Amino acid sequence: MTNTLHRYSEHYAIEPKVDPEPVQDDYIVFAMSTRGVNDDNLVEKYRKFLRLALKYNPVNIGDATKGGILRPRQDLNPTAHWRRDQHPDPEQVIAGIDGHTTVAAVFDNYEAMRKFVDDLKTADLGISINISAPMDDALHCCQETGITRHSVEYSIGFRGRLDKLPERTTLELSTMCGHGMVSASFARKMTEWVKENRRTPDEAARYMARFCICGVFNITRAQRILKQACNLKG
Amino acid sequence: MNIDPHKCVACGNCLPVCPMGAIHIDPAIGRATVNQDQCVECFACYRGMSKEHLNPIMVRTLRRVAQFFRFRFDPEPDICPTDAIVPQELTWPRIVRRAFSDPQVPHESTGIHGRGTAEVKTNDVTNRVKEGEAGFVIEFGRPGVGARFRDIQQVTATLAELDVKFETSNPVTSLMSDTARGLIREDILDEKILSAIVEIKAGLERVPRVLQKIRELAREVDTVISVGVSTRCDAEGNDSLGEILAREGYPRYRGKTNLGLGRVTRISPHPSLSPVGGEDKREGA
Repeated sequence: MTNTLHRYSEHYAIEPKVDPEPVQDDYIVFAMSTRGVNDDNLVEKYRKFLRLALKYNPVNIGDATKGGILRPRQDLNPTAHWRRDQHPDPEQVIAGIDGHTTVAAVFDNYEAMRKFVDDLKTADLGISINISAPMDDALHCCQETGITRHSVEYSIGFRGRLDKLPERTTLELSTMCGHGMVSASFARKMTEWVKENRRTPDEAARYMARFCICGVFNITRAQRILKQACNLKG
Repeated sequence: MNIDPHKCVACGNCLPVCPMGAIHIDPAIGRATVNQDQCVECFACYRGMSKEHLNPIMVRTLRRVAQFFRFRFDPEPDICPTDAIVPQELTWPRIVRRAFSDPQVPHESTGIHGRGTAEVKTNDVTNRVKEGEAGFVIEFGRPGVGARFRDIQQVTATLAELDVKFETSNPVTSLMSDTARGLIREDILDEKILSAIVEIKAGLERVPRVLQKIRELAREVDTVISVGVSTRCDAEGNDSLGEILAREGYPRYRGKTNLGLGRVTRISPHPSLSPVGGEDKREGA
């Protein structure tokens, strides 16, 4: 789940901006057990975690070993090019949990995350719970829910051959899968397709989400990024 | 990864999907081909693309007709129409490519999927990083550039001279031939991977020095490095690491916060794990 640590935003621009825009639609809560410590009844704990998350309309949920709410299919026929099933399937994620993994829920607003964290505190699952989000928002969430932070990990950005990195929009999209499964080339292609009106931002975001097998790709944020990059309204 | 030339119809859908840009259409054969040196065996193409199972001859014929009339068929961009992508059997040392690139493969050294590290995500039960300590998570090749172990060793060998401690439960450390000198086993140095995480620990007071060293070393490697720094908060949930990073001018907008909700729930926890903090929590402290 380090894959959620380095999600690119203006705050990590190579040429730092004076007043970067806050990211207010990308909040991840994930759960992870430790072998031999708190992995008893693990499947039930993870399922309960995701069921609680569903109460607050996450934009994605995922099991790191199986995938998110949108997955590739092995059995398509040619009609998929015109009438593809685009419906997310959270129940598939929950039913598919069968052991050690990491499960995550992605929200597009702070309030949903806070309520979910509040529920998790009450549920007392006993597994490690982390928030991956802007640090100030995570701190605020802890204060509001009466949780004392145990540990923190800061992303301090990128070093080295930065000339090898793509431009901002592509980085914002592709780093939403920190394992690198959403390639920069594909993110760029989707941006171009939206610009050319060959696909909607929603469709383009869903194509990318299918490659992220942890289910932490934020479909709502991707739509916003694509709209902004293509000067679309709404 | 391989692409079956008998099945491939050169639709080109798999080209942009590859995080390493390792796939191209070979004009000599008119089929997609994988550059084996650049391929990191991440399985993004094989697993990420949906599949039809169409007859390649039929698809090629249709494509030729459309091409002749300059028609543009606008197919779904994430489908391999003929199921032409074929994994190859991986042997040592190439197999380490997949271990460090395919997030669905759990690392043997830690049993964890993804990049195989726990960092402070489970610190509430493992106490890997204690108060007054800083955990450094140095990820080579991320985002989307890839790295070779030779680049990683260039950095680990110098970091070892700083007398920092490499995390033992870490996939890269498990491949070191000499942890005291930060040396990685010779036979994998040229293997390319999507990314790998080196974890080290030092006292909080050494954060500026270690980060400065990482900045210097990063200039010498042929890849990008993503850096994270962690610590355990005090009893009130405060941390002094954020102030240190701010003072040194590092961005610290985003990160992970361990909520401390984990606890020992197994009646007989594995003795080797010796969770810290669990004893207190079991007593309701």
